Amino acid sequence: MDTCPQTENAQGQNPNGNHILITKNLNAYYGSFLAVRDVNMAIAPNSITAIIGPSGCGKSTLIRCFNRMHEVAHGARVTGQLLLDGEDIYGTGIDPVSVRTRIGMVFQKPNPFPTMSVIDNVVAGLKLSRIWSRRRKMEEIAERCLRQAALWDEVKDKLKQSGTSLSGGQQQRLCIARALAVKPEVILMDEPCSALDPIATLKIEDLMHTLAKDFTIVIVTHNMQQAGRVSDATAFMMMGDDRAGQLVEYGATKQIFTNPKDKRTEDYISGLFG
Amino acid sequence: MALNRRNRKASRLGDAVFSRLSLVASLAIIFILVNILVILIMQAWPTLSEFGASFLWTSDWNTMTDEYGALPAIYGTVVSSLLAILIAVPVSFGAAVFLTEIAPLWLRSTASFIIEMLAAIPSIIIGMWGVFVLVPIVRDPIQKWLGNAFGWMPIFQGNQLGFGFLAAGIMLALMIIPIITSMSRDVLRAVPQSQREAMLALGATRWETISKAVLPFGRSGLVSAVILGLGRALGETMVVAMVIGNVYSIRFSLFSPGSTIPSKIAGEFGETLPGTLQMSSLLGLALILFAITLIVNIIARLLVWRMSAVKMGRL
Ligand SMILES: Nc1ncnc2c1ncn2[C@@H]1O[C@H](COP(=O)(O)OP(=O)(O)OP(=O)(O)O)[C@@H](O)[C@H]1O
Ligand SMILES: [Mg+2]
Repeated sequence: MDTCPQTENAQGQNPNGNHILITKNLNAYYGSFLAVRDVNMAIAPNSITAIIGPSGCGKSTLIRCFNRMHEVAHGARVTGQLLLDGEDIYGTGIDPVSVRTRIGMVFQKPNPFPTMSVIDNVVAGLKLSRIWSRRRKMEEIAERCLRQAALWDEVKDKLKQSGTSLSGGQQQRLCIARALAVKPEVILMDEPCSALDPIATLKIEDLMHTLAKDFTIVIVTHNMQQAGRVSDATAFMMMGDDRAGQLVEYGATKQIFTNPKDKRTEDYISGLFG
Repeated sequence: MALNRRNRKASRLGDAVFSRLSLVASLAIIFILVNILVILIMQAWPTLSEFGASFLWTSDWNTMTDEYGALPAIYGTVVSSLLAILIAVPVSFGAAVFLTEIAPLWLRSTASFIIEMLAAIPSIIIGMWGVFVLVPIVRDPIQKWLGNAFGWMPIFQGNQLGFGFLAAGIMLALMIIPIITSMSRDVLRAVPQSQREAMLALGATRWETISKAVLPFGRSGLVSAVILGLGRALGETMVVAMVIGNVYSIRFSLFSPGSTIPSKIAGEFGETLPGTLQMSSLLGLALILFAITLIVNIIARLLVWRMSAVKMGRL
């Protein structure tokens, strides 16, 4: 796939450009341990950004900072800024709950709610924000999201069954549908395919391309081929000498994979370590 | 290679021994259970053949005329246990949620430890505390206040004695709160973090996360915890005998004194001659208690089984 025109300026040096997410000097701590240091990046709307890097370098930590999930862990905190449409989500008085309705997340292991039916799983987030809701309306939205998540045909006869009765790949797409239902602007995915077989993985990768028309996607992946296949921009992270993860290089995927500027990126891409 | 093989042989022998042992142990348990049931039925037989099923719904307990009925004891057992559950469940679930989801880390272990200590206090000691501390409090202000505010309801009418169903229910609640709390805390702790995060990531508040993700996920375990507490309340003897007032009659007011099956048996067993119809009736009461706990546990099993079937995929 060719890089989108928007990602040409996905370098972070151009804060005036068209960016939906901009991080400024973002640091993430677990207690006193600095896990991610000084991340500056800018993400274009409707792009797919891949975050790659060796295990333990802080990819999950970073992506969890994007929707304020990082602070859910005990003693975890964040310093710096993260602008969503120009507004700092770490600003004073910002409710993390409202941030999370605008920035959704799909996790590494599919985590549907076992006591809810397929339908109820999809609309679980919607039900939170509505005081009351018409059943019919909910079902319409659920169908739309399931179609968007390329799952409808497989589950349309099982809508009343438990969310955990589906296969792993179906569960993950159910989780994507669930995230879509709240109509976020950004969807974060932390290794969404690592628990899936290659066919289910391909399905989700295809899905990401269609979703990018409506959403901005940030995906953490261990799989470099995957990053190359799906993403417009790629961020390469690595652990520094002080064990804090940092952004080594960030740019258009094509450039990162064919012409990396940093020696460490080149080594990682060519499989010298990691 | 040889060493390897010998090791495997040894472990296979260990397996065999272990499986025999556990077979013997489970057979022994079944044997004891059946034995208890048979002995109970045999001993209660004179009463069962004398009164038949009417033993279940008559209310006499007259040693002069030798007429016995179980209803007041059944009523007292059910009322005091349900009252206990009604009080204990919200408190215990609240405490468990607090301990797993809300309290700061340092408080969690301390508070859990204290709750477990409560469970370890012998019931006779709690019973004495109940008589000297709780019963006066139940009389005034609890009954006084309930009588004033809700005196139009039959369950809050009558003499405010302190001793009675209300005191028994509260005492039983205190006894089962630690069990239900620590068990439901374990249940909630076992809820995967991924379930909480899934809810949070949809824009749920902390409370929504608890009520919509954590509690539903743990519901079969929570039901088990409640049933365990209910079983304990049904069978609890000393504490109830000390505060319920031991009057053998059926009254609808929670303020009135009454009896439960265990308190009736404990109160009379020592003064009853073997071979009398009275003794047989006491064993008849025991048989009924056995049946009640059995039924409660079967219902609980079915509930839990249905709920875990949901987790496996069916709804
Ligand atoms: N809850 C936590 N408490 C303390 N330290 C943590 C916690 N979670 C992660 N860390 C530490 O933060 C660093 C970054 O972890 P993170 O999970 O972000 O890595 P990652 O790049 O996602 O790794 P992987 O590719 O294996 O998923 C690691 O050193 C890890 O030990
Ligand atoms: Mg990770």
